[in-house]
Amino acid sequence: MATIATIEHEKALHVKDFSFTYAKTAQPSLVEVSMPIAKTCITALIGPSGCGKTTLLRTFNRMHDLYAGNRYEGEIEFEGRNILGPKEDLIRLRTRIGMIFQKPTAFPMSIYDNIAYGLRLQGIKAKSELDDRVEKALNDAAIWPEVHQRLKKEASSLSGGQQQRLCIARAIAVEPEILLFDEPTSALDPISTQAIEQLIMQLKERISIVIVTHNMQQAARISDYTGFMYLGKLIELGKTDTLFVTPQEALTEEYIMGKFG
Amino acid sequence: MKHIKSSVLLDAFFAKLSHGGALIVLILVISIFAVLLGYSLEALSQLGLEFFTEEKWAPNLEKFGARSAIIGSLISTFLAMALCIPIAIGIAIFLTEIAPNSLKTPIGTSIELLAAIPSVIYGMWGLFYFVPLMRDLFGGLGIGMLSASVVLSVMILPFMAAVTRDAMNTTPDILKESAYALGATKWDVIQAVVIPYAKAGIIGSMILALGRAVGETMAVTFVMGNVHRISWDITAPATSIPVTLANEFTEADSSLYFSALFSLALVLMLISFSIIAIAKFYFLKKVRRGL
Amino acid sequence: MNAIDKRRLVSRVVLILSSISALIGLLFLFWILGVLILNGIESIRWDLFVYEGAPPGMLESGLKHALIGQLILVGCATLIGVPIGILGGTYLSEYAGNSRFGNFVRDISDIMMSAPSIVIGAFVYAVVVLPMGHFSGIAGVVALSIIMIPIILRTTDDMLQLVSPTLREAAYALGAPKYRVILSVVYRGAKAGVLTGIILGVARVAGETAPLLFTSFNDNFYSTDLMEPMASLTVTIYNYATSPYADWQSIGWAAAFMLSMFILALNIIGRLIILKRKGA
Ligand SMILES: Nc1ncnc2c1ncn2[C@@H]1O[C@H](COP(=O)(O)OP(=O)(O)OP(=O)(O)O)[C@@H](O)[C@H]1O
Ligand SMILES: [Mg+2]
Repeated sequence: MATIATIEHEKALHVKDFSFTYAKTAQPSLVEVSMPIAKTCITALIGPSGCGKTTLLRTFNRMHDLYAGNRYEGEIEFEGRNILGPKEDLIRLRTRIGMIFQKPTAFPMSIYDNIAYGLRLQGIKAKSELDDRVEKALNDAAIWPEVHQRLKKEASSLSGGQQQRLCIARAIAVEPEILLFDEPTSALDPISTQAIEQLIMQLKERISIVIVTHNMQQAARISDYTGFMYLGKLIELGKTDTLFVTPQEALTEEYIMGKFG
Repeated sequence: MKHIKSSVLLDAFFAKLSHGGALIVLILVISIFAVLLGYSLEALSQLGLEFFTEEKWAPNLEKFGARSAIIGSLISTFLAMALCIPIAIGIAIFLTEIAPNSLKTPIGTSIELLAAIPSVIYGMWGLFYFVPLMRDLFGGLGIGMLSASVVLSVMILPFMAAVTRDAMNTTPDILKESAYALGATKWDVIQAVVIPYAKAGIIGSMILALGRAVGETMAVTFVMGNVHRISWDITAPATSIPVTLANEFTEADSSLYFSALFSLALVLMLISFSIIAIAKFYFLKKVRRGL
Repeated sequence: MNAIDKRRLVSRVVLILSSISALIGLLFLFWILGVLILNGIESIRWDLFVYEGAPPGMLESGLKHALIGQLILVGCATLIGVPIGILGGTYLSEYAGNSRFGNFVRDISDIMMSAPSIVIGAFVYAVVVLPMGHFSGIAGVVALSIIMIPIILRTTDDMLQLVSPTLREAAYALGAPKYRVILSVVYRGAKAGVLTGIILGVARVAGETAPLLFTSFNDNFYSTDLMEPMASLTVTIYNYATSPYADWQSIGWAAAFMLSMFILALNIIGRLIILKRKGA
């Protein structure tokens, strides 16, 4: 059914026949999705509103388990095991697979403590190590010059775009394998958006990235692979250059031509 | 023409009338303070500072020391808060983060309804059920500071639990999720995100509850004993300002006695007024509550 | 043990502790509710509605006097408190807006809402009971209405502010004077909310005991004369419960049950009105 291009890279994640139904709904939101996610690449998920992009993204770090009653079946393979198993250690899993949300989610604490939070959770207590890694994360997130003189200030004093980069810094500080982005720039102005896109492209050197976006230009600009979803199904996954130029599926073509969605 | 003129008059009349409604509140507050002060003057001028420092309260000897009542009010309120705060936070955490959805609404609603039960009922329960329990546990009368504090804490518990839960519920899901996404446990999230986010609301509501507890009369009158003595033994009978007022106001037989009671009322009003004002101005500026 | 396992353990322990403390708190609350309901059902009988108070030991003893007294006291306090509160709330919302005077009155009312009610009783004693020379129903009414005014005022203020400005503008555009806009448009839009506020305000006042102790005082007989001391359910509960007589105590429980059911019913009605409005 779906057209899945072969992936030239190693796989960071491999979704197999995954179906998902939210609590209190009868209609499944994802139907038998199978999809490889390439390592140290950027994979973009596109598709019309309500097609299930967020739902799929949130299964990768098992966010759905925070709420009772959601049902799912299938497999997601990560480092050789199925992370949907009942024995999966969700706390460890989430330190390996980080997430950035649609809106900035700075915690109600100082800039420094926001970054140090995840590190402290991992048991790092030494001040010097914390200082080093906070600085490195803020540098990697290209926000160090803007904040290094006010690390003790509340994070809420930053602008929206700065807060979003702070959240990225917070996520990369704990050195995850995979980062999940759910429309990370949809609440930002064009300049902040550009800064974040550049940042994401730098990160892919060491981190595998999945990004949900409504903006097809953004997907085309930054991603290596693109998946097109429609009504809970993955319709097509291909290399970004080919998918936008010569889509294999009629639905994909209609969508990228702007005929719907 | 005439019609328009009469409507202009009516307009002005309605504006004045409603202005009057708003002014009445201010007039009431001012007159309460003025009247209380007026009737307190005799005792305050005759007894001076001694009124606050003297422990002995013996109306038959015309001796009026408010210290035991004032200290009693402070201790009973403090103990009640100390018992109530951890339990209220426990209930709030339970209702926001632990209980399954099928329990959240029924338990939450019962707690809100319990907050509406009049305090005289809590006092009655204290007298008939809690005091005998204390008597069995500690001997003595069972009536006293500890019983009063427990009954008081049970009485403010529903209010405090409900407002703490409301404050915690305001934490956006997405903020909690971002902490979970860093590998936080439930407690990590509560500690680092939920409590800091809801802090102002929680503290403000607690101070509000404190303000109410200080002035609460019926929950404690049944079980405190109205004995004007300060004792290290918290199971011993004691008194507080509201308890003294409730028990003795109708018995005052001399003008000095009467004035001493008004002084107590004034002190109580000042304490409660300042506590609530602090809660409002420092913590609840942004957190608006209904009834 | 590494950091993650340790955190997991701490989290589990804390969550268990908070569940236990919740359980303790809930146990106490349901203990009280249970005691109230069991004793209430056991003590309540039809006779209580027929007879007025009687000395301990008498069979023909009831609560008619207290029920009627309670209705009169709360009813009259509502008649005074509601119009004043609504007028004041209207002023804050429609005339004062965000002015300093408006916010000052709001703050003072909020503080008044939590003021010790026994102090209000003392105040009314000084300004009503002393000049009259004796306790009276009217003094109780005054005390209860003083407690009621700030409650009604603040809910009215809040509810009127919720009415959308476009509705007001539409009415002004038709050339209606301000008082007509308020009476016919603003009040109509805020009807359900204001009504809920009144119901909750009545419920709150109906449970007040302390301010009645030395205003309306109490009376063991049926009386509708506001110039004389008047019985109330709340003070009767206090007097009967603290008496040493088993039959009075039992009547006290019945009174407590009736009062609580009345107040709970008002609260539930208030909630239903809000729910219905949200649903609509
Ligand atoms: N918590 C939920 N409970 C029930 N159904 C939900 C829930 N969240 C999403 N859905 C449904 O699941 C489907 C997929 O939603 P999802 O949020 O994954 O879409 P999306 O592709 O991310 O859309 P958008 O582009 O608007 O963010 C939708 O039909 C939505 O209505
Ligand atoms: Mg989405």
